[in-house]
Amino acid sequence: MLSIRQINKRYGSHQALKDATLELEPGEFFSILGPSGCGKSTLLRILGGFETPDSGSVWLGGVDITRVPPHERPTNMVFQRYALFPHLSVAANVGFSLSLGRMTGAERRRYVDEALALVAMEGMGERRVQSLSGGQQQRVALARALICKPKVLLLDEPLSALDLQLRLRMQAELRALQRRLGMTFVFVTHDQSEALSMSDRMAVVNRGHIEQVGSPAALYDHPATDFVASFLGTMNRVTVQYSAPCNQSSDHVWVNLDGSNRLRARWSQGRPLPAAGTPVTMLVRPEKIGLREAHSHEASVVSTDGRELSLPCQVSDMAFHGATTQVTAHVANLATSVTVTHLNRDSLPAGLSLGSRVQLVIRLDLDHVLIAPAIPPVTTGG
Amino acid sequence: MTLWLGLFLVGPLVMVALYSLLQRGPYGEIVWHFNLANYQRALDPLYLRVYAKSLVLAGSTTGICAVLGLPLAYTIATSSKRWQPTLLGLLMLPFLTNFVVRVYAIRLILAAEGPINLLLLGSGLTTEPWLMTDSAFAVALGMVTNYLPFMVLPIYVVFEKFDFTIIDAAKDLGARGWPIFRRIILPLARPGLISGVSLVFVPVLGEYTIPDLLGGAKTLMLGGLITEQFLRVRDWPFGAALAMILVLSMVSVMGLMRLVGDPATRRQRGFIPG
Repeated sequence: MLSIRQINKRYGSHQALKDATLELEPGEFFSILGPSGCGKSTLLRILGGFETPDSGSVWLGGVDITRVPPHERPTNMVFQRYALFPHLSVAANVGFSLSLGRMTGAERRRYVDEALALVAMEGMGERRVQSLSGGQQQRVALARALICKPKVLLLDEPLSALDLQLRLRMQAELRALQRRLGMTFVFVTHDQSEALSMSDRMAVVNRGHIEQVGSPAALYDHPATDFVASFLGTMNRVTVQYSAPCNQSSDHVWVNLDGSNRLRARWSQGRPLPAAGTPVTMLVRPEKIGLREAHSHEASVVSTDGRELSLPCQVSDMAFHGATTQVTAHVANLATSVTVTHLNRDSLPAGLSLGSRVQLVIRLDLDHVLIAPAIPPVTTGG
Repeated sequence: MTLWLGLFLVGPLVMVALYSLLQRGPYGEIVWHFNLANYQRALDPLYLRVYAKSLVLAGSTTGICAVLGLPLAYTIATSSKRWQPTLLGLLMLPFLTNFVVRVYAIRLILAAEGPINLLLLGSGLTTEPWLMTDSAFAVALGMVTNYLPFMVLPIYVVFEKFDFTIIDAAKDLGARGWPIFRRIILPLARPGLISGVSLVFVPVLGEYTIPDLLGGAKTLMLGGLITEQFLRVRDWPFGAALAMILVLSMVSVMGLMRLVGDPATRRQRGFIPG
């Protein structure tokens, strides 16, 4: 429905967007996630008509809208700091777009009341916008955009100014509202948990480049690049040795874990393959690895079915988080520490305590393990 | 503060009010004889015409300053933060020269043998020099060039705190050019505009140097008339009466501006749908 085709945008020497291409389905909640300055807001402003791309085009329902000015676009935007008109009442803010047309006062008031009811702000029409709390201002901004019945609603980090409690509530409300209206929402955020929990699909943007598009689960479990892997959730980074590409597919590679054990995993998309023997980084999620009790003086072993490798390690830290326990263990064979997220539904290996020796269990052929060139950790923008 | 106000504001004002009720003696001295004769004389049609002319000139100067000042302030406020100090500096630059010198400079520019006329004559557009000095036009030009910054600065201060994304929001909601100006920019610039109007109108109404230097004998303004009473005619009581009229009209203009700028009156005229 909304299609973004090979958009490039440059500000001076800074390339804000590189060949950005996206295809949005009608009625989906689509998030654009990335650190600050990655180009996600620029992309949204291009969708709203506030910026014109240097090249590429934006299509909505089969019509090229690249050069349609904002006041003629069937899109509406909820701005980051709401951008409410400070001199107008709540009702006048919400009814602003209608007051530009020829609608009668009574009719307009009916639509305004409807829009305010939609965001649970009934009876607040006569209030001054400055007298509202952040969450209420957010609702007014939402009602003001929704009253135009846009084909696509653009939201520019709309929850970033709210405190955590309110943000969580607004996340749920926004999601419910979007489902009820069946409207396409394009939601820009730098908060990965927000994007993961709210979106039908999402795109991760890094330095003006769209790294990966897909459902939150797909991106989390099967990140295509090391940037996506590090930006979403947490990752253990273990230095291993690159061995060779797999025969069957070029995007999977073999790496040497410790002297004798190999592991098959995906190679970070778009990165050139290194020479054999080069140190590379293995990224694996703390909840995808496990711990089990160690038999006395057990070395690294591959399970009988050849699927699991277990490595001796020593617990160096334990942190209880209610539903989970984070166990940090030092693995001598890998010369590094890894974090394991243990679901407290299952019991911890018997006698697990600080300093105890246990076995770290890694499944050997998993798609969610990503191998990337040895890179410094990515800082996730705030 | 009270002492300062009493010494330099209330004291002299009481003195002027007192003088305005006295009379001039044969040699320009003050005769202690209380009456309202000066005020009666001030209502003479001869003087009423001077007031009217002064009001029209002050009003049009203020109007021109507002029309020029609002877009100027907007341009400065929306330009990049790096350039704003420079632009404001340029606006204030004329104040580095003496006021009288500045007014004389305008006289020279407009003079029959000044650069404008040389250009017009040289290009063959006119055969006679265009006589622009000693006219109401020259006075208005002098007033506008001198008082424009007093209009721009208060409006700039308002715009400077402005979140310009609301302009984007208005566009997004379907507004363009004129509605954005009338419904968003103008109401928000209003406090600055009101201060600017007071800051320009009040001094311009009493201005006497500019009309004197640029207006010639034909353009007598209220300020000039008062100066004349004190310095040439030596009729201090009549001058004091005229000064009181000037002060009263300034106070009423400022009162009017307060009323227009009052949030309570604004709310009644607010844009509430329906």
